[in-house]
Amino acid sequence: MKVISLADAVALIPDGASLMIGGFMAVGSPEKVIDELVRQGKRGLTVIANDTAMPGVGIGKLVRARLVKKAIVSHIGLNPETQAQMIAGEMEVDLVPQGTLIERIRAGGFGLGGILTATGVGTVVEDGKQKVVVAGKEYLVEPALRADFALVNAFMADYLGNLAYVLTARNFNPVIAMAADTVIVEADNIVPVGLIAPDHVVTPAPLVDYVIAQG
Amino acid sequence: MDAQTIIAKRIALELRDGMLVNLGIGIPTQVANFVPAGLRVYFQSENGLIGTGSVPEEGMHHRLLTDAGGRPVTALPGACTFDSAMSFGLIRGGHLDMTVLGGLQVDQTGHLANWMIPGKMVPGMGGAMDLASGAKRVVIAMQHSAKGKSKVVKVCNLPLTSARPIDLLVTELAVIAFPDGRATLMETAPGVSVQQVIDATEAELVVPPQVPQMAI
Repeated sequence: MKVISLADAVALIPDGASLMIGGFMAVGSPEKVIDELVRQGKRGLTVIANDTAMPGVGIGKLVRARLVKKAIVSHIGLNPETQAQMIAGEMEVDLVPQGTLIERIRAGGFGLGGILTATGVGTVVEDGKQKVVVAGKEYLVEPALRADFALVNAFMADYLGNLAYVLTARNFNPVIAMAADTVIVEADNIVPVGLIAPDHVVTPAPLVDYVIAQG
Repeated sequence: MDAQTIIAKRIALELRDGMLVNLGIGIPTQVANFVPAGLRVYFQSENGLIGTGSVPEEGMHHRLLTDAGGRPVTALPGACTFDSAMSFGLIRGGHLDMTVLGGLQVDQTGHLANWMIPGKMVPGMGGAMDLASGAKRVVIAMQHSAKGKSKVVKVCNLPLTSARPIDLLVTELAVIAFPDGRATLMETAPGVSVQQVIDATEAELVVPPQVPQMAI
């Protein structure tokens, strides 16, 4: 793990990169990293996340700045700006059932090619997808997802990069930390090694490439 | 009693001690206000919480503790938190005893449409498809009609949420179950006649000789 400044961390991300971003309706999203993506004007991004939050909040800031080319998400209902850009053909939106989305990401991080799920069978979600029958039950084949970068928000990072989360801010964060080539962490608190007890570490330090230094 | 209260109170009677239950946004959320005394029910929020409590007192909220709609909640003693993979493992894996979801349409074979209106509203399915496919019991809280049109229809013309039929539909007029894949009138709301329910329903209803009233 390397400690890095906010500006340098975001400078690692090229235009057109694919980003997995933690957070659920902006709870547990790396807000400073998102602000810096907007400030540096990274364009043509593919965002893989639970949702696009609300207008001007969390991932909604990337949408408002028109930096998102494609969103792979489960929900855009609270962000009319995403819906407007989608309808205008300015942003491609791939809507994925939430459980399928997180499990595709998990598969990407756990060395699996994809998953079999009954969710979506018999609905428009199955269009164009391979189906298999296992033990008499029908499943959709849903491919694994990976990204160039995971942008993780943790409540605590220790000096080595071990991470702990709190309350409902965990959501996609530890899962995306497994599924991207480069993992960048924005921690609410940076703490001495040992303060996060071994049993309470959720994301182990070797998974983390960069922890952003406190500004 | 307003329509939403009738629906929420009736669904609360489906709760049993020790159940793990997920409540959707809207009328389903109100079910938590009517948990029968003495029952411990574990409410799950799919953003990663079991033990979801009521809205916190003014000034006592935490920005990192919300329900799946992003609204501040409390966590009850014994609550626990987890990531989204675990949350949907609970939902798909047969660990969730009951889900209560809102609906746009339910048809006479028990199929549910509740996630989009093509050309009008495309919010995304969020967790609804996993909940409707994976929960042990699927209960729908829905007003019987919208703009004078029955939402209990012969065949859903909106995109389905799941191929799996629901277990129970509760409206402000009636309780409808789907034994053998046929919408069957189980109960009527206080002061509502069987004929009123039939008149307000597009779907073909099986009507048993005796239809009790909701015990709310």
